[in-house]
Amino acid sequence: MGTLTPQDISFVQTFENPVMSEFIDGAAGSVLVLGIIIVTVLLTYYRGWKTLWFDWLTSVDHKKVGIMYIVVSFVMLARAIIEGVLMRYQQSIAVNDPGVLTPDHFGQLFSTHGSIMIFFMAMPFITGMINYVMPQQLGARDVSFPLLNAISLWLTAAGAALVMISLVVGKFSTGGWTAYPPYTGIEFSPGEGVDYWIWSISLTSIGSTLTGVNFATTIYKNRAPGMTLFRMPLFCWTSLCTSVLMIFAMAPLTIATLMLALDRYAGFHFFTNDLGGNMMNYANLFWLFGHPEVYILILPAFGVFSEVISTFSGKTIYGYKSLVVATMSIAVLSFTVWLHHFFTMGQGANVNAIFGIATMLIGVPTGVKVYDWLLTMVRGRIRLTTAMLFSIMFLITFVIGGLTGVILANPPVDFAVHNSLFLVAHFHNMVIPGVLFGMIAGYQFWFPKAFGFRLSERWGKASFWCWSIGFYLTFMPLYALGLMGAMRRTVEWFRPEYLGWLQVAFIGALLLFSGFIFLCVQLVSSVRHRDQRRVPAGDPWDGRSLEWSNSAPPPEYNFAVIPKVSGQDAFTRLKEQGQAYVSPATYEDIVVPKNSMVAPVIGVGAIGLGFALVWHIWWLVAVSFVIIWSAVIARSFVTETERVIPASTVRADHEAWLAQVRECATTPREQEDTSTNVGRAEVLA
Amino acid sequence: MRRHQKLTNILVRSTGGLLLLMLSVTAAASNGFINPAGPIAEALRDHLIFIVVVMAVVIVPLFIALPWTLWRYRLRTKSGSYQPNWEFSWPLEILIWGLPAVIVVILGWNLWHQSYELDPYKPLAATEAPLEIQAIALDWKWVFIYPEQNIASVNEVMIVAGRPVHFSLTSGTVMQSFMIPRLGGQIYTMAGMVTQMNLLASEPGQFRGLNTQYNGMGFANQKFMANAVSQTDFDAWATKMSDSKPPLNSAAWALLAKPSVLPAPQSFGSVAEGLFTGVIAGFTGGHPHMKADGTDL
Ligand code: HEM
Ligand SMILES: [Cu+2]
Ligand SMILES: [Cu+2]
Repeated sequence: MGTLTPQDISFVQTFENPVMSEFIDGAAGSVLVLGIIIVTVLLTYYRGWKTLWFDWLTSVDHKKVGIMYIVVSFVMLARAIIEGVLMRYQQSIAVNDPGVLTPDHFGQLFSTHGSIMIFFMAMPFITGMINYVMPQQLGARDVSFPLLNAISLWLTAAGAALVMISLVVGKFSTGGWTAYPPYTGIEFSPGEGVDYWIWSISLTSIGSTLTGVNFATTIYKNRAPGMTLFRMPLFCWTSLCTSVLMIFAMAPLTIATLMLALDRYAGFHFFTNDLGGNMMNYANLFWLFGHPEVYILILPAFGVFSEVISTFSGKTIYGYKSLVVATMSIAVLSFTVWLHHFFTMGQGANVNAIFGIATMLIGVPTGVKVYDWLLTMVRGRIRLTTAMLFSIMFLITFVIGGLTGVILANPPVDFAVHNSLFLVAHFHNMVIPGVLFGMIAGYQFWFPKAFGFRLSERWGKASFWCWSIGFYLTFMPLYALGLMGAMRRTVEWFRPEYLGWLQVAFIGALLLFSGFIFLCVQLVSSVRHRDQRRVPAGDPWDGRSLEWSNSAPPPEYNFAVIPKVSGQDAFTRLKEQGQAYVSPATYEDIVVPKNSMVAPVIGVGAIGLGFALVWHIWWLVAVSFVIIWSAVIARSFVTETERVIPASTVRADHEAWLAQVRECATTPREQEDTSTNVGRAEVLA
Repeated sequence: MRRHQKLTNILVRSTGGLLLLMLSVTAAASNGFINPAGPIAEALRDHLIFIVVVMAVVIVPLFIALPWTLWRYRLRTKSGSYQPNWEFSWPLEILIWGLPAVIVVILGWNLWHQSYELDPYKPLAATEAPLEIQAIALDWKWVFIYPEQNIASVNEVMIVAGRPVHFSLTSGTVMQSFMIPRLGGQIYTMAGMVTQMNLLASEPGQFRGLNTQYNGMGFANQKFMANAVSQTDFDAWATKMSDSKPPLNSAAWALLAKPSVLPAPQSFGSVAEGLFTGVIAGFTGGHPHMKADGTDL
């Protein structure tokens, strides 16, 4: 089939060439296949297929779509962390020694690790988080385009699936997450690797563009009455900025990957060395996406920190307007700095200086945010829950990352540390405390809302310490190594003085991995003891925004009656005025979108399309293409896309819940982590 | 207030001190720019330290205020005053916008000047004319051509201590990045284009050089030695090269151009006419940052 041969299957390679590197590759493939088999068997045994299909895969409910995004993200996180640890192991033993990984395998590892972490871990995580939380905070029943939302999910999932398939069938790119040509051109990287990168990234980039449109529209159009822009929780503001960035920033990436594809498939010369090609155009297009991308990732995390810090300090956010202004400035400025990723390309001092100063300017609103968070805690009543601990560790660690960011913004210094482990340390110093800690904090914070029971604080804190200490042990040595002239993407070293630092970094990576394991243990343990941890009343943390005003888990329509908002911290206001949990005067029928199999069909078609393109299986390209567009066309003939939930049902469910809430004892904040916390908060004084 | 200032003062100094300590630990036996062997690397290092010390002004207060806040306003003891609706203060607002802004002005001013000062294209002030070297990046090796001496070396570069070197760089393959960490920063090399780099080694010595931009299987092995010697030693070396080494002709070039990791450095006693410009022109449609004859566009 196409260019695909039996030799491309990873197990066949391991069998034919039984060296360590191949064993590791084969083992990874086996774990994947085994995982799929186990999930299939379990689903069949517990008769879960129907639930999976009708309650999840075909659902267009923003809450379920959000949860599915986060599930994808968790699976991908597991793989990418293991790859990170494996690379740290290789580097820690490869001083004047080839170590266990071949250069080719190592090249695939940093490429998959980087691509997965950015596109298939961080992006789905923030998208899932926004999906779940933002409509509820706005007092909305769903996003503006629920089906489009599901399609975005499936496009992202299809991209992730392609990266997973590359573990078993063929190889992945060795061009890093940036895939700079001409190295990734057909002349220097023949074979399927770069094509896997191109198609998985293209699919997910289209998914993210659609997500951006969807979220921005939702925030502009779907707010509850009285929820003016300046009454929105900060998480909604950061979601808005992220959505706008997605709309403008994903396009250059899609274009760049498609142009690279034209070079590789159709003999074009956009980025080749010869015949007028110019790779500098790729670098510009890529980073025109790439820099805003880091803000796409980190702004929602900033939103989470704002919510978490304000809630667990029992206090309104300090400097709300100033935070909004800061967020908006960051979003705008993020489009003006892309060149700092290639100060070393020879454009001259004046251009470099201008982009360097623009980069530093971002430091101002960022610094303001940090101090706003600090001042939010001042004069509060601080509780160090797991979510709060992650937020505080973020504040401390992020400041160090900010410092090294300002250092890198200086072109002269960048000339010395560009491409070095100093840079690797810097961006991990931003994305781990910034994005990942933010998402973990958000997960701890909103989990009880989504599933109706609290996560174990004990395991959560164990995980927190591993993540924190592990982070410092892993990445601080990399700063030193970078200053000592150690470069990134290096499979083997020739300088004995690097050894100690690399060994410490490896130990740190093991701790990071334990942090992830503890998160899994926390989940399993909390599920098992869920009956003591239930919070049916829905407000376990004395929450401040509207999502806490409904049950946990919320009904599919979120709000029995759309709330009326009279100010910031909408739910806190209701609680203070004794207006929370009062029965509404009237109920109305609620219209919700029907399930649809369009999204999964498009998703499966997209996997087929990507796979067929990678392996030049042209008939499958045609078939997949037809499947995708048939689904779209067929959908346009479906006229009954909505379903009505009668007012009587809504009333019955809501009144039953209200009755239950009124029976619940209120919990003082000191007993947040005990079984007395059933989700009804005592007002703090 | 005065006590406050004193405290900040001490803290700024100790951060600087701590940083220097860390730097000297890494500097010991290090071959990064942190252990400079020339004026450029030295200036880069000082620039780095300056930034860190200035940044300490906004960072250190956070490190003090955060633990204090967590302690003072913890729920358990209810020690601090509780004002759940406190959300704004003009003085604080001016401080948290103003201070970072001032810092950025200082650092930005410095950045602007240093960018020009330490521009790798800027010729170094010296009484002597710089030594001209043309460097070509290949997979996975570096070819150095000395146009004035008409000799060439591979994976080894000979320079004169105390005399500036002017590198003109290009690539015969994918994009790479040229760097001799103890002497200064790096610059990309790109097919069909020329970039430049001015360096100076203060004392004789051996310095590691490398490509920092990933370019495939031999990447980790793409390294070379930069030997800084006296002018007399350099001249003697060049004469010996011309007398005893084989020519870098098209056959030898074809062999070099194939991707490979060389077991040992190579030397050539003469260089085919116009090799460097030929490599650039070979990528038709290339657009030099510099004219083929070496002058700026
Ligand atoms: C959790 C533990 C993590 C570990 C142990 C880890 C480790 C590593 C290692 C060893 C490398 C290769 C460095 C080199 O090139 O020499 C790397 C690269 C990278 N990592 Fe991580 N990482 C982790 C988390 C993350 C996260 C959370 C993200 C992003 C959200 C991320 C994004 C990247 C990217 C973009 C690269 C660059 C890949 C490339 O060179 O193209 N990593 N990481
Ligand atoms: Cu950037
Ligand atoms: Cu160029």
